[in-house]
Amino acid sequence: MGLLELSSLCKNFGGLAAVKDVTLSVESGMIVSLIGPNGAGKSTVFNLITGIYTPSSGTIVFERQALGGLRPDRVTAAGIARTFQNIRLFSFMTVLENVMVGRNARMHATVADSALHTARAGREDDDVKRVATELLDFFGLTPFAQEWARNLPYGMQRRLEIARALASEPRLLLLDEPAAGTNPAEKQALMRLVQSVRDRGVTVLLIEHDMRLVMGISDEVHVLDYGEKIAQGTPEQVRRDPRVIEAYLGKGA
Amino acid sequence: MKRTLAIIVGIVLLLVPLIDRNSSHISAYADTGGLVLLAFGLNIIVGYTGLLALGFAAFFAIGAYTYGFAASPQYGLHLNFWPMILVSAAVAALFGLLLGAPTLRLRGDYLAIVTLGFGEIVPQVLQNLDKWTGGPDGIAGIDQPRLFGYAFGFNPIPYYYLYLVIILIALWLLNNLRHSRIGRSWMAIREDELAAAHMGINTTGAKLAAFSLGAAFAGVAGVLFAAKLSTVSPSGFDFNTSVMILAALVLGGMGNLTGVITGAAIIGLLNFLILPQSTNWVQALGQQLHASALANLDLNQYRFMLYGIILVLVMLFRPEGLIPSATRRAELHAEQADSALPENNL
Repeated sequence: MGLLELSSLCKNFGGLAAVKDVTLSVESGMIVSLIGPNGAGKSTVFNLITGIYTPSSGTIVFERQALGGLRPDRVTAAGIARTFQNIRLFSFMTVLENVMVGRNARMHATVADSALHTARAGREDDDVKRVATELLDFFGLTPFAQEWARNLPYGMQRRLEIARALASEPRLLLLDEPAAGTNPAEKQALMRLVQSVRDRGVTVLLIEHDMRLVMGISDEVHVLDYGEKIAQGTPEQVRRDPRVIEAYLGKGA
Repeated sequence: MKRTLAIIVGIVLLLVPLIDRNSSHISAYADTGGLVLLAFGLNIIVGYTGLLALGFAAFFAIGAYTYGFAASPQYGLHLNFWPMILVSAAVAALFGLLLGAPTLRLRGDYLAIVTLGFGEIVPQVLQNLDKWTGGPDGIAGIDQPRLFGYAFGFNPIPYYYLYLVIILIALWLLNNLRHSRIGRSWMAIREDELAAAHMGINTTGAKLAAFSLGAAFAGVAGVLFAAKLSTVSPSGFDFNTSVMILAALVLGGMGNLTGVITGAAIIGLLNFLILPQSTNWVQALGQQLHASALANLDLNQYRFMLYGIILVLVMLFRPEGLIPSATRRAELHAEQADSALPENNL
């Protein structure tokens, strides 16, 4: 039984089947990639896992817990964190505050604790600051801690989104095109970063278009096309699969 | 520097009743304190959480009437003023929850319209349920506070100091909230609600908390208002009052407590002191000159024109308010810079 199991997952938008009967399993401790041409339904799969969409049918099971239809905040509390294809940082909060917000799922202070600054709120504040500071350090963002998120260079914003996601101490991290729009040097750094995140014990499910990056770091690759899974296997297997070549290059290529 | 300034302002505020011996002035200062409390409450909802709520005066009314019912001949109840501050805050907060629960799925303009409706409904209900609420005349003979045998009565000075103490407590609470789990959640929701939900924030819960806490501040302001005047009537809580609170927030600068206080002080003094005083002067002058146009001029009637002019001028020349939070200023200027860029889709 994998860490995350999708079984016969479907999502229809009106007459359009964005995700058709997708079954896949993510084993603990791996870096698993989800690839496919534009519009193949990759982001929709992410949105189904994190509760933005409710599945039309099929199940999502994470650590033996059924997630289908659970609200995003509950999914995060269950141990899944994500980043977004279009960066969605809290632009006008500081870099440090962004990561602190990311810790919210692991905090317990009530509104009353917050308002009266009780001992519990104080302890939690110390804890969240410590965790956030460590993460900023790990991601090389410490010099920018007091900057607004929106003022960071693009590549740094991508890193900050990952740092923010990790603040919730997830067991599974969903990365939606983390290398989009970054330069080759940043891509290299990002690859190492994703590997070091996995080495921290976080399983990674990755959507990525950059094939060199995907093939370089993935333990397993799943390929979607028109909402259907057409292939799965090691990077080597997938690269040679005629259906994958057809999906990317068209028939007769 | 900032601390020194705050201490100096604090000392001056403490000494005001000794410097200014005119009790109608002190009364105006106290009423301004009420506006500060109201603006604090609305700031949680609009400034921190980014939910545009109109009709905020409804919660002010609920606080005032709760105390009116509990401490007047209306029902023969004469509950003690001090615990009633907390009770009325709780009742207003409860109404905040009741209004919030079904409406917080709405965003932006839609939420504004629903809260506007609520703001109209509450005074209408108070006016028309005359069997229970005293109708348009409201409730008279509301008990006034006593402290260690000292009766506040209609003397504005003790109310003035009471407002100062409560504003100080409110500042402490708001400062705690701002730098806490819930405060960060509010701001995250304001910045990007979907991303906030993915941080594990129960966005509905956080928005409800903002609504009910904001309403609680208005409830406290309502109790003090009812006690100082010893009477409440529906006309004191109409849309104009809501606009006045929002105008204070926009003028001063949302999200920043110094800005909120400044805006509320300016609008409050204008409303409670400057307009009534200048009306007196103009009318006295008119009588001296035997100019009936001047003698009958009531500048108070022009207050909403004045708010309107102020709001337009603020929007034209300083859209972030007089003393904005650094965030808000950057946001407004960034929006101008970004307006040429395409929207980001999910």
